[in-house]
Amino acid sequence: MSLRTMPKAALPDWIEYLVADYHLIGPRPVNGHFSFDEVHSASEIDLDYTTTILPPKKVLTPPREELVRFEKDGKKAEASFDERPTVIFGMHTCDLHAISLLDQAFSRGYPDQNYLTRRRNTTIISIECLTPCTEHAFCKDMGTLSVPDNFDLHLTDLGSVYAIDIGSPKGATLLEGVETIQEPSEQEYRRLSRVMSNKWSRFPYRLEVDITELPSLLTISYKSSLWDDLGKQCLACGMCTLVCPTCYCFDVIDEIDLSLDSGARYRVWDSCQLNQFATVAGGHNFRASRGARQRHRFMRKYKYQSLAPGLLGCVGCGRCGSTCLVGITPVGVLNKLSQRRVGLAQGRQEVVNQ
Amino acid sequence: MSTMLSEALETTSIYLPVQAKILDVRPLTNMDKLFTIELPDGLNLNHRAGQFVEVSVFGVGEAPISISSSPSRSNGSFELSIRKVGDLTSVLHNLRAGDTLGIRGPFGHGFPLERFRGKDILFTPGGMGLAPLRSLINQVLDERRSFGRVIILYGARNPSEMLFTDELQGWEDREDVELHLTVDRADENWKGNVGVITTLFPKIQVYAPNTIGIVCGPPVMYRFVLMEMLGLGIRDGNIWMDLERRMKCGVGKCGHCQINHIYTCQDGPCFSYAQIKHLEEAL
Repeated sequence: MSLRTMPKAALPDWIEYLVADYHLIGPRPVNGHFSFDEVHSASEIDLDYTTTILPPKKVLTPPREELVRFEKDGKKAEASFDERPTVIFGMHTCDLHAISLLDQAFSRGYPDQNYLTRRRNTTIISIECLTPCTEHAFCKDMGTLSVPDNFDLHLTDLGSVYAIDIGSPKGATLLEGVETIQEPSEQEYRRLSRVMSNKWSRFPYRLEVDITELPSLLTISYKSSLWDDLGKQCLACGMCTLVCPTCYCFDVIDEIDLSLDSGARYRVWDSCQLNQFATVAGGHNFRASRGARQRHRFMRKYKYQSLAPGLLGCVGCGRCGSTCLVGITPVGVLNKLSQRRVGLAQGRQEVVNQ
Repeated sequence: MSTMLSEALETTSIYLPVQAKILDVRPLTNMDKLFTIELPDGLNLNHRAGQFVEVSVFGVGEAPISISSSPSRSNGSFELSIRKVGDLTSVLHNLRAGDTLGIRGPFGHGFPLERFRGKDILFTPGGMGLAPLRSLINQVLDERRSFGRVIILYGARNPSEMLFTDELQGWEDREDVELHLTVDRADENWKGNVGVITTLFPKIQVYAPNTIGIVCGPPVMYRFVLMEMLGLGIRDGNIWMDLERRMKCGVGKCGHCQINHIYTCQDGPCFSYAQIKHLEEAL
């Protein structure tokens, strides 16, 4: 929409201003890692953070979320909504791309009012990534190194000032009455241009396959023996899906208060990697092997999601790869599938079956 | 016209059930009970045969249950046939007439009845598969002249697990229904066929181009019944299956019921074989 600047030195005052009116979530250093948590001052935030342990989906669809509060006899039951005005500060662009996918998933078909209420009341301030986060990140390959159009405000570090791109009226509201906001000078425009072009070479390409080919690569790889290999490695712990910014599968559980008269129905994160995920009453498990479950995860990320909302289900943040205890990484798996496809094209069956 | 429950859900929360009243509970077998249920505030379920509802008891949980009654026999209420297999269904089995339970739905597509009119219908319910198919069978029987032959092959594990035995007797007595029963294991009183449901296929002949095959049963059954139907020459697009999956949310979000990229709860649970034969996880 339009560009402004703010001196870095003015950031603490702006944050204090936001904290007065909003539940403010920002990247906070925690035990050598980073975590999106509630913060109350600029000193708690580190905008030079690398990938957080959990993605910001934890704010929009919390690990444990009350859906319905009830009296046990059913005489009273009310839907629960979280309407707190919230600001998520300093979101990396990969995570913002993931929010685009969550927005689609929770609004298409039956609108999920719990998610959408929280989303409506949340303002997102993203930040331009200028250096790679971890050796697992492959955002450049996935096309998520640039900001999508769903930001409210977007910051870029220009040295002594932040460039602030205003993406929505909701974002503009956060700057109302903030006196340190300025029109960018000609020099700052040029600086922004320089910063944006310099960043690209710092990020490596890691995939050996172009992402537009991923759905078809996954299609021809359905019967690959690689899935069985992954099944033998995988511990079925579900960490990969927990830390994934685009995984939103859930279970629903009831809990009764100590009074035994009332309670609540909660949505809790679930994982397709867990053994019971596709098990029905009577005990039949439709995805009983770990290999089949890993295959489902990869199919969903790189093929199925693209069939539904038209977005790939992966933003290249690298969290699943760095979290996996046995070293299963998306880059490793996709490159291996790609190498086997080349083998297939050359008729080298031994490569395909390896 | 009264408001539909599905519309009411969208105005508040898709996860907030209405409290419906149990009008009647009738035992079907040692494990199965038939619940007659009335929605509150004059709400109308307005379901199609093959659809399901999410049934819940606050403090215990929620599960998808197919609707057993025919849309043609609604009378302001509907029926659910529930087998006692887990925590929720055990609690449900303790409920009596006058008690309430939570209902959301109906969800999914039902069977496309309009495409079945004028055709011969071959129903193959296995075990609890009769619970959802009873809805369609009775709807077909209530419009009997719109259809050709009605053939029902029903298999249960043993005679005591047969559902709706009074209705089975009624169908047996009708001249316009061909009913064949089988059990996997007979007891001393069983005089009929013994064997899995596929052992009934040699007893029937159909004119395949005009026949619709309908399958619903335990997961293991589909593949074998499908082979028999294809063997009879019934076309892929004329074989319809009501698939079972863990449809936890019912609204295409929670992910448990996915068959490859498809959400069973929204895209199904009724599919033609033509629709799902390319899906590796379907059968």
